[in-house]
Amino acid sequence: MSVLVDARTRVICQGFTGRQGSFHSEQAIAYGTRMVGGVTPGKGGQRHLGLPVFDTVHAAVRETGAEASMIYVPAAYAADAILEAADAGIRVIICITEGIPVLEMLAVKAALARGEAVLIGPNCPGIITPEGCKIGIMPGAIHTPGRVGIVSRSGTLTYEAVEQTSAEGLGQSTCIGIGGDPIHGLDFVDCLALFEADPDTDAVLMVGEIGGGAEEAAAEFVRRRMTKPVVAYIAGVTAPPGKRMGHAGAIVSARGGTAEAKYTTLEAAGVQVVRSPALLGRRVAELLVQ
Amino acid sequence: MGVDGAACSSDSANPWFFFMNLHEYQAKKLFTRFAIPVPESLVASSPDEARAAAQTLGMPVLVKAQVHAGGRGRAGGVQRCESVAELETQASALLGSRLVTSQTPPAGLPVSQLLLEAPVVIARELYLALLVDREAECIAIMASAAGGMDIEAVAATQPEAVLVSRIEPAVGLRPWQCRQVGLFLGLTAQQQRAFEGLLSGLYQLLTSCDARLVEINPLVVTEDGELIALDAKLDLDDSALYRHLELAALHDPSQEDAREIAARAEGLSYISLDGDIGCMVNGAGLAMATMDLIALHGGAPANFLDVGGSATADRVARAFALVLSDDKVAAVLVNIFGGIVRCDLIAEGILAAVEEVGVEVPVVVRLEGTNAALGLERLAHSGLAIETAATLVDAANKVVAAAAGQGATIQHAGGEA
Repeated sequence: MSVLVDARTRVICQGFTGRQGSFHSEQAIAYGTRMVGGVTPGKGGQRHLGLPVFDTVHAAVRETGAEASMIYVPAAYAADAILEAADAGIRVIICITEGIPVLEMLAVKAALARGEAVLIGPNCPGIITPEGCKIGIMPGAIHTPGRVGIVSRSGTLTYEAVEQTSAEGLGQSTCIGIGGDPIHGLDFVDCLALFEADPDTDAVLMVGEIGGGAEEAAAEFVRRRMTKPVVAYIAGVTAPPGKRMGHAGAIVSARGGTAEAKYTTLEAAGVQVVRSPALLGRRVAELLVQ
Repeated sequence: MGVDGAACSSDSANPWFFFMNLHEYQAKKLFTRFAIPVPESLVASSPDEARAAAQTLGMPVLVKAQVHAGGRGRAGGVQRCESVAELETQASALLGSRLVTSQTPPAGLPVSQLLLEAPVVIARELYLALLVDREAECIAIMASAAGGMDIEAVAATQPEAVLVSRIEPAVGLRPWQCRQVGLFLGLTAQQQRAFEGLLSGLYQLLTSCDARLVEINPLVVTEDGELIALDAKLDLDDSALYRHLELAALHDPSQEDAREIAARAEGLSYISLDGDIGCMVNGAGLAMATMDLIALHGGAPANFLDVGGSATADRVARAFALVLSDDKVAAVLVNIFGGIVRCDLIAEGILAAVEEVGVEVPVVVRLEGTNAALGLERLAHSGLAIETAATLVDAANKVVAAAAGQGATIQHAGGEA
């Protein structure tokens, strides 16, 4: 009951032996994620956290059959890490790293368009299928298996959505943090399509924010294609124009991207919008009872 | 790659408040390096330097105040001087003043440099920009024959007057695109050749400097048929500054909010707002959501503040000091979702910070996540004036009430949970 990753998914970590890579690999293993190894150039042949270390992603894929990779390498090397993973045949690439130059991401997206790999992030909390597979920096304990799909541009605000759906007794099928950068991998539309096709997801909770047009595109997709209920919250109603609110992509510009405009478009498309971040779980629960 | 008549979307449309902006004189210096023609000009930081510059440039001369904001012309920040005496008067008045335009904060921005420029005789005013188009995921060219105006307004009212041509990342800017844009702008065959060089230079500039936006408004055709960039705006990608140290050195902190700069130095993300409820939150999305929640419950946030994913005691203390440095703050809401970092440790950080910084306004704390109950208990029994909240709504109601009548809350705080 999930999208993209589950308990069978073989996962490696790029930047495996670094501080972040080590810490979050340990957490993933403790959660039950099927970690099969990691990559740190120059450390191939060593063992780390009881798992093999490889010099290249290609070697890791060859030796372990890895299908997913979580990337914790520094920003200056992260675009390269994504491209290496894609070329090695990794199916799901999760890039946690923040601060990749935008022009590098343009090149990465153009290269990924030629292959099959799915990119989540960068600058994102990752993806988790509760009690199956945790790839990212989210706290595993707040998640419970269930039938709500969650997709979000934020980090801790995603945890808020998770915690509320858990508290309502709903649980989550899969939670995907798509990240706060202007140029990123999976977007709302991709995730909505995955959840619509997933027999184990009954409803989708979408957490958007100011900036860009991804929520508007999602509204159009919901109007045309979605049969499952979608609840949406947009952060940043009070954000002043022209100011970047933490995330590189979260800014109200003269070209639009305001929370109000997004709410209006989503509502017109039949999405159940929630104005208070305290009511995310409640609204999904109300919808599923109906 | 495609072309259409509508404006493309970008988060860089209003670039004057970005972290890394350049002054016009700095941008024009870069333009010169990429063979983009600009008027003959000199920079002056004092009336004496202005007089010396005028001797080189000759009279009349344009005096342009260097601030990180548009709308300078209407605000008196661009003056045409016919004589040296007039120039001295204008330079003395502008230097050291704060220029208030429609795009600056209410207090304006300080003027420390003037750009002195030889005037050009304008036949036509065009608009030309290159920017990162986040929806199409490529660099896009935006061009219009309606230069010198607010391009957003032009795009909104006459979309057919703005051409957007997208650049395929694999092949880069192509000659056919330069021809197409030039024809759209109504250039002659001779101007077309110059334009191709100019647009190529602009593309080189954007890609080699990691800019997110390069804008010329207006790009003028002079009476002699020459193309000249009369204004220059450049918005750099701060994520790429690590590989452009010479550009990072151009940063002018005087053009930004002092607290925002101090926050950045501490690794915090802070933005001043107009309200009286200080906010301290971990995560940008949750920080925005907290501001919205305060507004929904009748309050007004004084700031956006993301303390980052790892809300350690040290960071919390620095964040408190920052929030409280704003005199408007009548109450503080701390909203932390502890994930990897345990809430009981965060609670200790909050207690240490409140004692260390000497907080004199009511503080409401909402903790959620790992060991949240334990953390809240520590705060409630600390004996300090900290009010704990069980839910988001509870937190919002308590902080709004506290900001409205703070004295009473200090006395009664601590015992409520």
